[in-house]
Amino acid sequence: MPDITLNVNRQAVSKTVEGRTLLVEFIRETLGLTGTHMGCDTSQCGACVVHLDGKPVKSCTVLAAQADGAEVKTIESLAPEGEMNPMQRAFHEHHGLQCGFCTPGMVMTAMALVAENPDPTEAQVRHGLEGNICRCTGYQNIVAAVLDGAKAMRG
Amino acid sequence: MQDFHFTRPDDLAAAGQAHQASDDGAYMAGGQTLIPVLKQGLAMPEDVIDLNGIADLSGIEADGHGITIGATTRHASVAASEAVCQAIPALADLAGRIGDPQVRNRGTIGGSLANNDPSADYPAAVLALNATVVTDRREIAAEAFFDGLFTTNLNEGEIITRVRFAAPDRAAYEKFPNPASRYALVGVFVAQTADGVRVAVTGAGQDGVFRAAEMETALADSFSAGALDGIAVPADDLMTDMHAAADYRAHLITVMAKRAVARAAATA
Repeated sequence: MPDITLNVNRQAVSKTVEGRTLLVEFIRETLGLTGTHMGCDTSQCGACVVHLDGKPVKSCTVLAAQADGAEVKTIESLAPEGEMNPMQRAFHEHHGLQCGFCTPGMVMTAMALVAENPDPTEAQVRHGLEGNICRCTGYQNIVAAVLDGAKAMRG
Repeated sequence: MQDFHFTRPDDLAAAGQAHQASDDGAYMAGGQTLIPVLKQGLAMPEDVIDLNGIADLSGIEADGHGITIGATTRHASVAASEAVCQAIPALADLAGRIGDPQVRNRGTIGGSLANNDPSADYPAAVLALNATVVTDRREIAAEAFFDGLFTTNLNEGEIITRVRFAAPDRAAYEKFPNPASRYALVGVFVAQTADGVRVAVTGAGQDGVFRAAEMETALADSFSAGALDGIAVPADDLMTDMHAAADYRAHLITVMAKRAVARAAATA
């Protein structure tokens, strides 16, 4: 079974995993970081999005063993417990969620999007969110939240 | 998912040896198809050999004639590459519309080609641009590479190392994506070079990607959307599935081809 060493939310982690262990399973079950959600488990919904070496990926479609040596960031890394970063606050203020299940993935995708493009257009936000599915909101408030969160992060 | 032995060799020779030593080994590049396939139990390999540890398999190089893309280069890297945007902007555009952002951060050109999904985008570019698929053993012309649904000319254990594209005079790709998966319901890549015009269609053929000969002849005569008026690929050999019937796909091929020609003509 592969031994892996990686950096998760700025902490070094060394564990033994099975070959088949998914990165999302490793994050949730081995590390207990349950902010990352497993939705569809078929690479469609994006609830499981984390950053792998700075890039958003669907952690249900990456093996934990493939993250050996990598840097992983989950939703828990964005703000200290009990606080919100500007993007999370924008989701809160715009009511960019209803049940909230998709929100961690939405926020992690939004964070990567604004890191690459700090001042996105609405069309760019919608294109950037194509890999994240929300079955409650109809996306209007999510898009508004990402645009406003981007603005807040530009300062 | 059934468990397997995971290895990440750091050179091609070690990868080949690991494959040969296994009774049932599977190479993994981006894993965006293989991992879902493993979850469904459609493949149950004993060994998964991750190719991402092989440094020389990744990267993009430009020369005076075109672009060479390493097999494990991610779609997002191709889409963002200045060299690709300059030499073959249609290829960067295609890569930037595969799947979704997260898939593009993992999926690779070599993995996509080796898998030869009949609805994948890259096969259309490779066939229309008459690219060369380079492996650890030989070079394979695009025409000879694709061999039906999920089937290629690759031999057991053979690894794609890079793909070489010559820059066309002008080219464009248009697709009608499945709104859920973003796979091409129909995708058409049109490329014009000194040798003529090539039109490759993905998402539609019962045997995977194919060239639309009648369209190529008409476009060689006059490179305009109007030249395709009244030309349709017969529906007989097209796919019918839960997403679209063959005659609808036939209709979409002409629509997408016209859009691609109009776009290519406008960019030159």
